[in-house]
Amino acid sequence: MSALKGLLQKEAFHILRDRRTLIVLIALPVVQVVLFGFAIRTDIDGVRLAVVDSAPDYATMALRNRFASAGVFRTVSVVARTADLEPLFQNGQAQQAIVFKPGFAADLARGELAQILIVTDATEPNTGSLLQAYAQAVIDGYQRELSASATSSVARASRIVIAPDVRVRFNPTRASSNLFVPGLMAFVLTIVSSMMTAISLTREKETGTMEAMLVSPLRPLEIIVGKVAPYLVIGFVSAFAIIVEARLVFRVPLRGSLLLLLFEAALFILVSLSLGILVSARTSSQRLAMMAALLGTMLPNVLLSGFIFPVESMPWLLRILSNIVPGRWFVVIARGIMLKGVGLAYVWQETLVLAVMAAVLLAASVHSFKERLE
Amino acid sequence: MRRILFLAQAEVLHIVRDRILVAQILVVPIVQLLILSNAATFQIRNTSIHVVDLDRTSTSRGLAGHLAASGHFQIVGTAPSLDAANEGLLDGTVTMVVVIPHDFEASLVRTGVAPVELSVNGEKGSAAGIVQAYASRVLADYAGELTARLRPNVITAKASTPIPLRGVPRIDVRVRGRYNPTLNYQHYMVPGILVALVTMIGTLLSAQNIAREKELGTLEQLNVTPITRGEFITAKLLPFWVLGLLELSLGLIVGKLVFDIPMVGSLPLLYGAAALYLAVALGIGLWISTLVETQQQAMFVTFFIVIVYLLMSGLFTPIDSMAPWVQAVSQINPVRHFVTISRAILMKGAGPAAIVEPLSILAISAVVILTLAVRQYRKRVV
Amino acid sequence: MSDVTIEVKDLTRRFGDFIAVDRISFEVKAGEVFGFLGANGAGKTTAIRMLIGLLEPSGGTARIAGHDIYTESEAIKQSIGYMSQRFSLYEDLTPRENIRLYGGIYGLTRKQIRERSDRVLARLGLAGVADDAVRRLPLGWRQKLAFSVALIHEPHIVFLDEPTSGVDPITRRQFWELIYEAASAGTTVLVSTHYMDEAEYCDRISIMVSGRIAAIGAPADLKRQFGVNSIDELFVRLARPQSETSA
Repeated sequence: MSALKGLLQKEAFHILRDRRTLIVLIALPVVQVVLFGFAIRTDIDGVRLAVVDSAPDYATMALRNRFASAGVFRTVSVVARTADLEPLFQNGQAQQAIVFKPGFAADLARGELAQILIVTDATEPNTGSLLQAYAQAVIDGYQRELSASATSSVARASRIVIAPDVRVRFNPTRASSNLFVPGLMAFVLTIVSSMMTAISLTREKETGTMEAMLVSPLRPLEIIVGKVAPYLVIGFVSAFAIIVEARLVFRVPLRGSLLLLLFEAALFILVSLSLGILVSARTSSQRLAMMAALLGTMLPNVLLSGFIFPVESMPWLLRILSNIVPGRWFVVIARGIMLKGVGLAYVWQETLVLAVMAAVLLAASVHSFKERLE
Repeated sequence: MRRILFLAQAEVLHIVRDRILVAQILVVPIVQLLILSNAATFQIRNTSIHVVDLDRTSTSRGLAGHLAASGHFQIVGTAPSLDAANEGLLDGTVTMVVVIPHDFEASLVRTGVAPVELSVNGEKGSAAGIVQAYASRVLADYAGELTARLRPNVITAKASTPIPLRGVPRIDVRVRGRYNPTLNYQHYMVPGILVALVTMIGTLLSAQNIAREKELGTLEQLNVTPITRGEFITAKLLPFWVLGLLELSLGLIVGKLVFDIPMVGSLPLLYGAAALYLAVALGIGLWISTLVETQQQAMFVTFFIVIVYLLMSGLFTPIDSMAPWVQAVSQINPVRHFVTISRAILMKGAGPAAIVEPLSILAISAVVILTLAVRQYRKRVV
Repeated sequence: MSDVTIEVKDLTRRFGDFIAVDRISFEVKAGEVFGFLGANGAGKTTAIRMLIGLLEPSGGTARIAGHDIYTESEAIKQSIGYMSQRFSLYEDLTPRENIRLYGGIYGLTRKQIRERSDRVLARLGLAGVADDAVRRLPLGWRQKLAFSVALIHEPHIVFLDEPTSGVDPITRRQFWELIYEAASAGTTVLVSTHYMDEAEYCDRISIMVSGRIAAIGAPADLKRQFGVNSIDELFVRLARPQSETSA
C-alpha cells in the first residue's frame, strides 16, 4: 500500500511540475468546446436569397418585402434573367432564388395563374427541404392575405393548412447548440483522455520507468491505479470546466443532478484512460500498431457516438458497431441528465455498460502487465 | 536536381516495401469511406413516434395513415393518452409525439386551418430537428391532398386542371431543387469525405515519415551530406503528393461504383484543385514533423489538428450555420475550401470562375505553409 | 600551403548549465589517422557533431578542409564522410541501394556508382548480400556498409564515431585495415573510440575527459611522457582525479 502511495506521489509531482502541459490539458478542452460549440450547428438563418424580377410590380415588391422581413432570409442579389442565377448558385452566393414571371401582378388581378418558381440549392438534402418549406410558407402567407381581401365565397381559394405546432421537449430555446453540446462534451473528453495517454506514454518512454516499475514490488493493479488516478483527477477538472462552460456560454440547461453528471463523466474518462493503459501495457512494437489503429478509428469513433449524426439514421451494421463506442453511451447519459433532468433510474443501463467497459479494459491491462513480467 | 531524383527513388522503394503503409493507403481509407459515408447522414428512417388521436375522425385517421406510410416513421404507440406518450419521451423510446386535437376535422371544414402538436424529443440531438421537418412535410402533403379533394379551386400539385376564376388572385408555386435531384445524403457526404481521406494521407503520412527518420537516426546521415533543405523536402513530399492524388482517384472510383456519386463538373479541374490542396496538406505535415521527435508524437499531433480542421470545415455541418466569428476563422482552414470546391465541382458542375475564391486562398496557403515549414526545418541543431 | 585538414581551437558546447565540450583544441594533417579517445559521455560525439555541421558550437572556432564551420558548413559536407555511432542507413533498402542513394547525393555518375559499389561490396565481402535488405544483416556487416557509404565519394576527411563498437575482433581488424588503406590514399581519418587498445593503431590520439582534452600526441610519446605501459593505464590515470573529486 505504501508502494502505491509512493507511486501516486511521484506521478502527481511529475504532473504538477510540468505546468505547461497541465494548463494545456485543462485549457484545451475548454477552448475546443467553445470552438466546436459555435461551429457544429444546424440552425438555418440568414438564408441568401436571390430574386429574378425582370418587371417589378406592386405584387412582386410586396412578396419581396415579405421575404426580406421574414427574418430568415437575406436578399443578396436581384437579377433580371434566370440565366444569371447559375453562377450565383455555383459559387455559393445564393442558397435559394425566387423567380417571378413577368406580369405577375397582372396575372393575379386577372385570375390567371401567377407563377413563382422557387429554386433551392439542394446539395444538402435536409437544408434544401427546409428552405423550400420556409419559402413556401412565406408565399402561402401572402396568398392567404390576398384571399382574405377577396370576396368571402372565394376564400376557399386558399389552401387547407395543417399547422404544425412544434414543441421541442427538453430544448426550449430550440437552439441547436443544446442538441450538440452535451454530445460535444463526450467528444472533447475523449480527446483529452487520448492526450493524457499520449503524454504519460511519452514520459514513461523517456524515463524508462515502465521497466523499473515492473520489477518493483508494485502489483500490476497498483501500477495501473497509480498511472490512471492522477489523470482521472485532471480529466475530472476538465469535465467540470466543460460543464460550467456549457452552462455559461451556451446556456445549455442542467436539469438533472450535477453530481450524477460529474460521476458519469468521471466514469467515461476512466473508460478512455483504461483504453490508453491497455495500449501502454503492450510491448512497444505492438504499441505503435495499436496506436495507429486507435487513431485511425478516431473519426469513425466520433461519428458513431451519435454526437452529430443520429445513430438511428445509420444502417443496422453501424448501429450495432456503435454499441462498442463508449462515447455513444455517454452522449445518451449527458443528454438525459442535462436536457431531461432524469436520474440514475433512467440511465442505469448506460452507466452499467460504461462500468463494464472500464472493468474489462482494466482487467485486460492487468493481464498484459502480468504477461510482461513473465 | 539529380539528388532529388535519387532520394525520391529511395522514397518510393521505402513506401512500396512498407506493408503497414500500403495498408494505410489502400485499405484504411476505403474502409473509412464506407463507414463514414454510411454513418454521416441526417436521413431519418423508422423513427419511433407516438400518435395521440383525440379526434378519431376519418380525417385524423388519414393523417396518421400518411405518417405511417411516409417511410420515415414507425408508429409504436397509439394510446390516446398524453401521459403514456410523455412517458415514451422521458424514457427515450419515442422521438416524437403527434397530438391531433379533438376538433381537427371540424376546424378544417370550418376555417381550413387546424393545428397539430408535434412534440419532439430534444434529447435526440439533431434528429429532433430533422424529424420535425419531415413530419411538417407530411402534414403539408396531407393538407395538399385535402385541398385537392375539398377545394378544387385551389392550385395544388395534385389538382388536375386549374379552374379559372375571375378576379381571384392565385399564386402557382413551382419548386425546383438544384443539384441533388434524388435528395441522396451520400451524394452530399462522399465528396466531402474524400477530402478528409486525402487530408489524412497527405498530412499524416508526411509527418509520420519524417518523424520516423528523426527517430531512427537516418535523418542525421542525410543532414551530413550536401543535400539542401529544398531538395530534401521536395524529394520527401513528392511521392506523397502523388499518393494523395492516387488516393483521390481510388476514392472517386469507389464513390462512383458504390454510391454512384455525381460527377457533373470537370474532373481535371478537381485534380488541379486537389494538387494545390495536397501541397497545403503536405506542408502542414512537414511543419508538424519539425515539431515532434517520434512517430508516436507525429501521429497524435496530426490527428488532433486534422480532426479540428475537419469539424470546422463544413464537412459534417454547414458553414452557414456556424457563428459568424467561427465562419471567419474557418477561412484559414484549407479543408473548408477544398470541401467547398469538391462539392461545387462534383455536384454543381462549377467551373473555375465559380471557385476562384477558395482556389486562391488555397494557393496562398500553400505558399505560406511550405515557406514556413521549410524555414523551420534545420539541418543543424542550434 | 599547410596540409592541416582539421583545425580546432577552443571549441565549446554548452547545454544549459552543462558544458559538454570545454574548449578543446587540436589539429589533424592530411592522411593522418587521429584517434579521438575518451569514456562514454566524455563529449566525443558532441565534438564530432559540431565539426560535421550537425550541431552549432557555443564558442571557439574550427576549420575543416579549409572551410569555417560556422559560415561554410554546407561547403564542408561535400568533402567529408561520416559514420555515426548508431546505424543510420536504411534498413529496408539493400546495401547496393543504400550505396546508390548516397553516391547519387554526393554527385557521382551512375557509372561511378556502379563501379565503386561493386568494388566496395567485394572488398568488404558483402557481394553475396548486396541485394538483401539491410535489416537482415548482422551488426558487423551493417557497420561495414556504413563505413563504405562514408567513403563512397572519396572524401578528404572521414569521421568515424565508434565504428568498432560491438563487433567481433576479426571484423575489428578488417576495419582497421580499411582505415589504413584510406589513410594511405591521403584521406584524413578521425576515429573516435572507447577501446583504449585501438589507440596503438593511430598516428596521434587525444584523450577527452569530461569535455576537455586531457592529453594529446602520438601514442608512443604519450606513454613515455606519462610513464605508463599502455594507453589504457594512461586513461585510468587521467580519469581518476575526476572519480576522486566526485566521490
